[in-house]
Amino acid sequence: MLDISTAYNKYSFLGNEFLTWLWFMVETGQDITQAIESRDPVSLDIGNSLVLENSLGDNAREKITIKGDQAGLEEGTTALKKGAKVTEMNLICQLGPEEEYHFTLKGDSFNITGLKTPAAAGDGSDDEIEGRIIEKALLGFRITQVIDTLFFTFLKQRTADDWKHKGFEQMRAWIYND
Amino acid sequence: MGFLSATQSMSRYHILDTFDTEPMEQVRNGLIQHAIPKMENEYEEISAGWTPFESPYLPDFNKFSFVFGSYFLFSMRIDKKSIPAKLVHKQMAIEIEKKKADSGRDFISKNEKSEIKETIMDVLMHKMPSIPNVYDVLWDYEAKTLFLLTTQKAANEFFETLFFKSFNLKPVRLFPYTLVETKSGFSPAQKDRILTLTPLHFSR
Repeated sequence: MLDISTAYNKYSFLGNEFLTWLWFMVETGQDITQAIESRDPVSLDIGNSLVLENSLGDNAREKITIKGDQAGLEEGTTALKKGAKVTEMNLICQLGPEEEYHFTLKGDSFNITGLKTPAAAGDGSDDEIEGRIIEKALLGFRITQVIDTLFFTFLKQRTADDWKHKGFEQMRAWIYND
Repeated sequence: MGFLSATQSMSRYHILDTFDTEPMEQVRNGLIQHAIPKMENEYEEISAGWTPFESPYLPDFNKFSFVFGSYFLFSMRIDKKSIPAKLVHKQMAIEIEKKKADSGRDFISKNEKSEIKETIMDVLMHKMPSIPNVYDVLWDYEAKTLFLLTTQKAANEFFETLFFKSFNLKPVRLFPYTLVETKSGFSPAQKDRILTLTPLHFSR
C-alpha cells in the first residue's frame, strides 16, 4: 500500500467523481438496484445539501453550496460545466420497502455525517439495550455496504474499456443537457 | 449515548490482522489496560483511554460488557483541560500590577512577564477540571471493520494511537484508496487500472 496521507490526497478525486456519478445516476433515473445487482430494491435520492468544489489553480478553490429541502440544483450543473466536482452530498437511500436512510457523504474521506437510520425497535428500557445496539449496528453496516458497493460499481464502470464512449459521454451529455 | 442517538457521524476503519487466539479476551485485556483512569491526574493537560459504552464516566469493564451480539462496542474518552485565553489575560494583568507595586518599578521586563505567564498557566492548569469527550467505537471483529463515531481529526488521531497501543492491531482509515485496497475484492490487475486513473474533465 502507498503511504496513507499521499494516497489520501492523490486519490481523493475518485470519491468526488463517485459523488458526481451518483448525482448523474439519480437525475437520469438509472436503476440503482440493477446497477449494484442487489436482490432487494435500492433507490437513491438527493437530499437537502450538495457541495461542489472547483480548483482554480495556485491552491485557490471555488466552493458552491446548495442547501434546502426544495433547492434547485441548476447552479450545481453550471458549476460542473466549469469543471467543478461534487465533494459532499446529502442522500436519501431506500432499501427494500421499509428502510430509509438519510446521510451526508464526503467524497475525499468517505466520512458519513448526520446518518439517520430507520428507527430501531424497542421501548428504550435497559433490558432492550442489547437488542437496540445490535439492530443499530446492523443498520449501520448495511448502509455502508451499499455505499461501498455503489463505489465499486462506479470504479468498475470507470475502468471499463467502453467508459470513454459510454459512461463519460453519458455524464457529459447530462451535464450539458444535450 | 452517541451510538444510539437519532443521528450519527462516523469515520470508518479496516483493521489489519487479527489476534492469534481468543479475540474476546485480548480485547478485554486491551480495554482494561488502557482504560481511562478513574481519578483525574491534575498535572495532565490531556488524557485518553477506553471506557464502557454504558458507563462513560466510571470505566469498569468488569461490571459493564463490551460484547453485544457479534460486535464489540465501547467508548474512547478524551479528557482535556483548556484554559480560556481571557482568564490568562486577566490573571496576567493582576500579577503584573502586583509585581510592579512590590518592586517599586513602573515596568517589568519581558523575561519577568514570561515567568509570570508560566506560573499562571501552571496554577490554572492544576485548578482547571478536565472536560470529557466521549466517542463510541463499534467493531465488527470478523469483518475487520470498525466505526468511530466522530469525524474530528484530533479524535481520529488519538483513536489510531490508542487502538494500536491497546490491541497491537493497525486500524486503517477507510477512504477511496484504502477502500479499494482492503474491501473491494478487486484483482491486482483491476487495482492497477484504478490506481492509474487521472481526474475526469467534463468541461468542453
